[in-house]
Amino acid sequence: MTTANDIIRTAEAEICRPWPRYILSHADWAALTHASVTEPWTLLAHWADTVQAHALFLDPRALTIIPVSTPIEAGHYPALSPVLPGAAWYERMIHDLWGHVAQDGIDARPWLDHGTWPQMRPMATRPEPRTAIEPLLLADPDREGAMMLPLGPVWGRLDEAAHLRLTLNGSTVQHAEAVLGFTHKGTLTLMRGKSPRAAARFAARLSADATVAHSIAFAEATEAALDVAAPTRAVALRIVMLEVERIAGHLDNLTEIGRLADSQSVRTRCGLLRETLLRATAAAFGHRLMMDCVVPGGVATDIAEGGPQVILRALGDIASQLDSIRRLHDGPALALRLAGLGRTDKQLVAALGVGGVVGRSSGRAFDVRTMLSPGYAALAPRIATRAEGDAAVRQHLRLFEISESLRLIGAALDALPDGPLTVALPQASGEGIGCAESIRGDIWHWLRLDHGQIASVFPRDPGWALWPLAERVLEGADADDASLIRASLALPASGMDL
Amino acid sequence: MILRTPHPDPVGPADPETTASLAARLEAAAQARLGRGLAIRHVNTGSCNGCELELRALNNVLYDLERFGLRFVESPRHADVLLVTGPLTRNLRTALEQAWDATPDPKWVVAVGDCAVDGGVFKGSYAVLGGTGLAVPVDLTIGGCPPPPARILAGLRALLEANAK
Repeated sequence: MTTANDIIRTAEAEICRPWPRYILSHADWAALTHASVTEPWTLLAHWADTVQAHALFLDPRALTIIPVSTPIEAGHYPALSPVLPGAAWYERMIHDLWGHVAQDGIDARPWLDHGTWPQMRPMATRPEPRTAIEPLLLADPDREGAMMLPLGPVWGRLDEAAHLRLTLNGSTVQHAEAVLGFTHKGTLTLMRGKSPRAAARFAARLSADATVAHSIAFAEATEAALDVAAPTRAVALRIVMLEVERIAGHLDNLTEIGRLADSQSVRTRCGLLRETLLRATAAAFGHRLMMDCVVPGGVATDIAEGGPQVILRALGDIASQLDSIRRLHDGPALALRLAGLGRTDKQLVAALGVGGVVGRSSGRAFDVRTMLSPGYAALAPRIATRAEGDAAVRQHLRLFEISESLRLIGAALDALPDGPLTVALPQASGEGIGCAESIRGDIWHWLRLDHGQIASVFPRDPGWALWPLAERVLEGADADDASLIRASLALPASGMDL
Repeated sequence: MILRTPHPDPVGPADPETTASLAARLEAAAQARLGRGLAIRHVNTGSCNGCELELRALNNVLYDLERFGLRFVESPRHADVLLVTGPLTRNLRTALEQAWDATPDPKWVVAVGDCAVDGGVFKGSYAVLGGTGLAVPVDLTIGGCPPPPARILAGLRALLEANAK
């Protein structure tokens, strides 16, 4: 039987740094899809441009990344979703943006396109003006006497816009369907044709609590495409920012879960610690969320005079309270509420390639910091994995990651190298891939530059893997727990709505 | 001796002048002390979540929004203020209009963040309308990307003062 590696070995490759991109015929593309399941490879992302469909695979044993492409022929390409169900949402996105049809795909309903844009297929070479408004099609539960509970898109107190349709039996969720795309802002068309420096503002606004991670992945993809490397001081400052963002994001999650699970002491203390940290980052980097602080080629500004001390003081406050916050999570109020809640299925987590805290709470020990992110090797980041996969374990992993990030920031600031902050970017052409570990898991950016301008780009947010998982996790749960499960999985919207 | 059940003395109406003056004093005091509260419903019209992060920060103990009588509510039907974030994507226009229709009069609309003010960096995209004002009338704008909590709080307190007058 042909293995995935056999197919790759005989394929033509295009220059894409750091991993070559293989061009496959439709037959080879379909064969690779089947072979990827037996390997098993993980599908990380699936997107398109005007002439090709692309997929990004991970070989978890060899720890390599494999980008593959197949030409669009007469508007069609072979679908991945019959073999890899997680690809269905990507295929719907590709159809809505480029108009390419995934042949034999399992779901052809619109995804981002809710029938409100003035044009159809906005990323195609020639977008078509819309003639009629088509209503959004939703799965019909078609069950006698079933009760439908729609949540959102305006949902929660201060949350992102997403829509969940729960089919209930009593108070138990029988079926959950997520409808996203509400926050689609046309980011990809806005990035196209711009220089990487100009387009970085959009990468930074894909998902604000992962703004540093998205900016780093985008910057690394640009640097790879142009075959330059960010200076060592910039790499170290990026690590500091990324880990500060991780602590701030996890503290926000702990605050939110504390509020939803009625633990006022956790809510109050974690909220205060997050605020202390954000005031320190404003002093050190000039922006509370560090938006636009990472740019292609390096970092936008140096850390302020006395900035390291301000950051370290805020981290000291967090370190001194971490143990007691951990004890609160072991106490009866939170432990009983969270134990067994929102349990994830190990096989599904592996098949969907779910990363971050959710993946690591369910046995998938994938973290790009351990193998791919520059500068981390010297710091030797430690990764914790658990097998239980419930909300209680996820909070403990978040607390562990905070303590580990505290150590990483301390080590990075301790050995902060001197030198320039940016490297000049040549006005050249090239193709590159970058990645970063955000609070929700691995982020991947692919882009192609044409004489210094973006010809094509795709950012893959962790939400692409988290939402299909959430639909399964919600099945069998109590409808009253939907908000808590949403917070526990930290489900985003904007990053994958593009 | 047979005791007759005692009856209270009959009374006439309360002094209308005293009643009227007390009622006036109560109304004035209540308006100043109790009437200074606003219920806020947040409506996300396509934000990147940055404004939400800073709005959530308003609940932490350092800003403590509720000490000013400001609180976030779950439904537009309970709201005095619609606090709108995001560049107003076309996919969320109906949601904003429905929330506005559901909010009882008198109501205020506050646009928070550069996106909600005029579309921000997303201005000109096929998928966004470019600012809250293109769908509903806006009373107050608070710029910034995202605006820090202190600035949002200052804007909301100004609204509170105006509302009390």
